[in-house]
Amino acid sequence: MRIAKVLAVFAVLLALGTVTVAEGGQVLLNAAGATFPYPMYSKWFDVYRQAHPNIQINYQSIGSGGGIRQLLDKTVDFGASDGPMNDDQLKQASVPILHFPTVMGADVPSYNVPGVSAELNFTPEALAGIFLGKITKWNDPAIVSANSGVKLPADDIVVVHRSDGSGTTYIWTDYLSKISPEWQTKVGKATSVNWPVGLGGKGNEGVAGLIQQTPDSLGYIELIYAIQNKIAYGRVKNSSGAFVKADLASVSAAAAATAKFMPDDFRVSITNPEGKAAYPIASFTWLLIPSKFSDTAKRDAVKDFLKWMMTDGQQYCEGLAYAKLPKEVVVKEMKAVGKIE
Amino acid sequence: MATTPNATTPAELGWSPQALLRRMRGADEIAHLITFIAAATLLLITVLLVFQLWVHSAEARAKFGWTFFVTRTWDPVAGDFGALPFIYGTLVTSAVALVIAVPLGVGAAIFLAELAPPKLSSSLTFVSDLLAAVPSVIYGLLGVFLLVPLMRKTVQPALKSTLGFLPLFKGPTYGIGFLTAGIVLAIMVVPFVLSVSREVLLAVPRDQREAALALGATKWESTWKVVVPAARIGIFGSVFLALARALGETMAVTMVVGNNPMISASLFSPGYSIAAVLANEFSEATGNLYLSALIELGLVLFLLTFVLNGLARLLILVTTARGSGVLPS
Repeated sequence: MRIAKVLAVFAVLLALGTVTVAEGGQVLLNAAGATFPYPMYSKWFDVYRQAHPNIQINYQSIGSGGGIRQLLDKTVDFGASDGPMNDDQLKQASVPILHFPTVMGADVPSYNVPGVSAELNFTPEALAGIFLGKITKWNDPAIVSANSGVKLPADDIVVVHRSDGSGTTYIWTDYLSKISPEWQTKVGKATSVNWPVGLGGKGNEGVAGLIQQTPDSLGYIELIYAIQNKIAYGRVKNSSGAFVKADLASVSAAAAATAKFMPDDFRVSITNPEGKAAYPIASFTWLLIPSKFSDTAKRDAVKDFLKWMMTDGQQYCEGLAYAKLPKEVVVKEMKAVGKIE
Repeated sequence: MATTPNATTPAELGWSPQALLRRMRGADEIAHLITFIAAATLLLITVLLVFQLWVHSAEARAKFGWTFFVTRTWDPVAGDFGALPFIYGTLVTSAVALVIAVPLGVGAAIFLAELAPPKLSSSLTFVSDLLAAVPSVIYGLLGVFLLVPLMRKTVQPALKSTLGFLPLFKGPTYGIGFLTAGIVLAIMVVPFVLSVSREVLLAVPRDQREAALALGATKWESTWKVVVPAARIGIFGSVFLALARALGETMAVTMVVGNNPMISASLFSPGYSIAAVLANEFSEATGNLYLSALIELGLVLFLLTFVLNGLARLLILVTTARGSGVLPS
């Protein structure tokens, strides 16, 4: 905690060093948190500033954990996180914190099996078994039965996972916890977990590099990273029994499927949703906004930005390969903006 | 009173600013003060560092006590933390690095200082200094893209088929792991060993070489039996510098070590080091216990460096007391 404070003070000093707040009508908002949505946020903040030259938002992509800590220490005006804050963390906040889903991320299974060029299908049971270390061969019946016509070798599967704490790992372990009771009790969900098997790569690029270099490997990477780097990935069976390939449409479908169950605080997991078209390993990422601002100029700026983001801002999503927010979710979030005082 | 200009008693005279200034007028005094401040700052930084690590690891220390050093689990979800696999990985990768780097570095230093023509010597030294300045992430990338495939396809299968009876060279060959991390570290620390060793070899007085040659020693005998023993302490020093660098290296190690907290006798197996886990998990660590366990790992790394350095000093003390580091009889 104290370390976080020191870091946060440093970050604020840096920010203050470059911009002075005092100019007439200038509003400077400091924010920190998740790295995964950073390309989207940075585009939004940039476009928004061009339309509103008096409002500047400084966003430090230091990671979700750091974002939450700085928000609780009140060294930033708002935070951002790939996983929702838990009840303990919410209790530590001096004013209630509101969650606003912004964009969606998804994890895809990527693999390197020599001699196999077909797109492989993965069942939830196969993925859980492989990552628990129970399914060790590529020609295990659990994999073969979902891939008729593909000749899979009798080689050992080399599991690859993220070594750094990340929202990508949170989505993957959240999904495995939902579909496998054994995973939930043995491992659980978090940004870093105690992996039963496998090699760790740092960042999406580390995991992708290991997969590319290691024959018979299987790992998970962020969908957007896979799309941008043209990395092949497999289909995953959803709760309706359909094998779905991750793309912007199937990720949006997952979010839409959960919209009707959306709790008022938006802390929802959308992994393994209903719906034939929904991709099962996806998640929202959130902005964490305090419900009370002492500075009215800051409050109005935040509220205005949120409204803009959910309306005009959405047109920039697909250009950066992020899925748009489903309409149902936008309607609900617009109402929640009114809660900010 | 104490600061009035007209102070008269000797005690006041001694501490008044004027008196202090008068005493400081000599350049010696000023140089003394400045260098003292420089030295004191170094000590202060070290003390502050340990103090901060100690304070912020309080929660983990209270919860795990000494078992932190022997626990093999690292489970952020359950809040169960132990340092053993990381200590093991740090020591093993550093040991591999030294086993490779010391003969290479010292050998090259002897050649450059004693045997090579001056022109070749100075250009090779320049190359070595250049290597020392390459950022570690570059070594990591080279490791990932060049060394790892080479290790998996050629080196590890060859080791397995020839020395596979040793537990060191058993198990599946992923290409990454302790051995690869050790080799990357070795490449990174060779310039340190070489550069420092070369300097101390060159510092051995000319008379000693000439005396040995006059007694009928060959060039090699004078180098190996006279010059190298005389430079022994400095060469040890270069090795400890290399060890310190290897213990704390972060980026290059995390890219090739496999990042799996495992304790395995095989050098082919993936592992983890203290510096690597800190770099990987610190930014996303939520929860006070998790954070404090990571900070305690930092403390452990500091302790490890401290203990190894102490052992090294002891080694120097013992060996110099016995042979006084000059001519072996």
